Amino acid sequence: MEFAVSQILSGISLGGQYALIAIGYTMVYGILRLINFAHGDVFMIAGIMMIYMATTLPLYIAIPAMIICTVLLGFLIERAAYKPLRAAPRMSVMISAIGVSYLLQNLALYITGGQPKTYPRIPWISDTVTIFGARTYVVTLVTPFLVIALVVALTLLINHTKIGIAMRAVSKDFETSQLMGVKINTVISVTFIIGSFLAAVGSVLYFTNYPTVVPMSGAMPGLKAFVAAVFGGIGSIPGAVIGAFIIGICETLIKGTDYAIFSDAFTFALLIVILVAKPTGIFGEKTTDKV
Amino acid sequence: MLITVLTSQKAPAAAAVLVGKNVAIVLGSYGSGVSIAASETFKNAGVAAMGITCTNPNVTAGNDHYFRICFLDPFQGTVLANFAAKELGAKKAYCLGELGNEYDQGLISYFTEAFKAAGGTVISDSFPTNNSDFTTYINKAKSEGCDVFFCPVSIAYSTQIVAQAATKDVSFAILGSDTLDDNMVLDAAKGTDIKLYVSTFYAEGGNADFDAGIKEYINTNADAKTANGGNDTISAVTAMGYDAYFVAIEAIKAANSTDPGAIKTALPTVKYTGVSGDIAFDDIGDAKRDTAYIKTADNDNAAWKFVTQQSAK
Repeated sequence: MEFAVSQILSGISLGGQYALIAIGYTMVYGILRLINFAHGDVFMIAGIMMIYMATTLPLYIAIPAMIICTVLLGFLIERAAYKPLRAAPRMSVMISAIGVSYLLQNLALYITGGQPKTYPRIPWISDTVTIFGARTYVVTLVTPFLVIALVVALTLLINHTKIGIAMRAVSKDFETSQLMGVKINTVISVTFIIGSFLAAVGSVLYFTNYPTVVPMSGAMPGLKAFVAAVFGGIGSIPGAVIGAFIIGICETLIKGTDYAIFSDAFTFALLIVILVAKPTGIFGEKTTDKV
Repeated sequence: MLITVLTSQKAPAAAAVLVGKNVAIVLGSYGSGVSIAASETFKNAGVAAMGITCTNPNVTAGNDHYFRICFLDPFQGTVLANFAAKELGAKKAYCLGELGNEYDQGLISYFTEAFKAAGGTVISDSFPTNNSDFTTYINKAKSEGCDVFFCPVSIAYSTQIVAQAATKDVSFAILGSDTLDDNMVLDAAKGTDIKLYVSTFYAEGGNADFDAGIKEYINTNADAKTANGGNDTISAVTAMGYDAYFVAIEAIKAANSTDPGAIKTALPTVKYTGVSGDIAFDDIGDAKRDTAYIKTADNDNAAWKFVTQQSAK
């Protein structure tokens, strides 16, 4: 019982953290048709910034400052590496994204000297609680609720605000919405800002749970979140969240069995199966062929 | 010159840079995987290399250019298994290593062999590279009722394991190899009720002059202090690096030249009494060592406490 509760709690928490990264992937894809490979590394940089800021600043300043810097980083990446390639073939933008990903990883390697860094303890969410005999961090319980609250807020934003309408228009048809007077650069920047904000919040939750940051820390969670986004139907926010929870829970359950070695293999095998059986994912938009 | 290499894939390129700079002798590397990957490059260049803390037998086996000043994995795995079985009275052990890492898997197999020979049972698991969620493995070890959790993994993983085990209210002791002998691991264990034991090359207090000298150096050099985790605790790798440096100087003296070939010929005959004990090489190029230090983490003061000197017998 304690074992089962403990495993499921780990899974839900991990799924929630993947979900916050997956939303960033799925939103950018929905609007730009770009897989932003640097997103996982923005998440890692958020972790490293937090570590350095927390050494000099009190936490109530360090956390907002870290979130603002991460948002700024996401914004600058889009302006510097993706905007100049707006008219270029989609492949060029993707390669630019891969370039940014490696740039961020190596930058982190240079700054930290490759030494693993320990994430600061954040009061309250780093405390431990006992549920049905299983001990865990408070953050494990907070994560799913925070994710749901953020997703509701995001859905309201997309469905009921002017910028949300513009985002939906841009995701339907890039050129036409531009002709209709939608400022696409603003819309795209807002998308990156929201995505980076969620990555920053996700990094606080994730690294509180797993308190060591290395330059490769963003690679695996990023990749898994990407799989989650594809699984749920890339472009769909509820899809990304549900996909992330399914992947997080399955991964921890497999790790608890004798087949623990295959937990990552399972995640990526799932990606292949989904792409073959239902290429648009669970909640993916149906593509209509225009004649 | 100093080159920092993190992965085995990059080791041959780093080795080529060293060879290109015409170095007289190579000290390193820290890890077996990296050392083995770079070995061929040093061999072709005719440069001797001296491993400092790489403990896998394959580093020095079957070649005449790679030496080492530390003990080996079969020895270390056996020492830890004996310590677990005899000193801690453990009956069931959980072993966790990184998938495809020669160091981790090697130690786990030697530990398993010796622990089973002592009458215990072993459960082994491996985690994929860059994994950061260890709670599932910890839960498993806990529900299986294991007495010790043996994780001879690198620092990035071991700090995670210690921190995550601390939240899980575990009753087992965490047992680590020389890689866990690091101040960052101590920090992760600080203030928790984790029982942590590590085997290592040197324990603080072994040589008073050396301890005082190193502490003075660390405290007067801000960069060194940051790299040391922000305090002046002496880790075993510091002592080993220090000894390796002087063994290399002895070899250069014995060869009476800085020619790589002459040093390579002179190195097997070098004998030196370092801070970590007497150093002399056997036919394979390994240092002759017969005991390891076992230390435990003092979680109230974030310091290591010397436990015992454990032999392989």
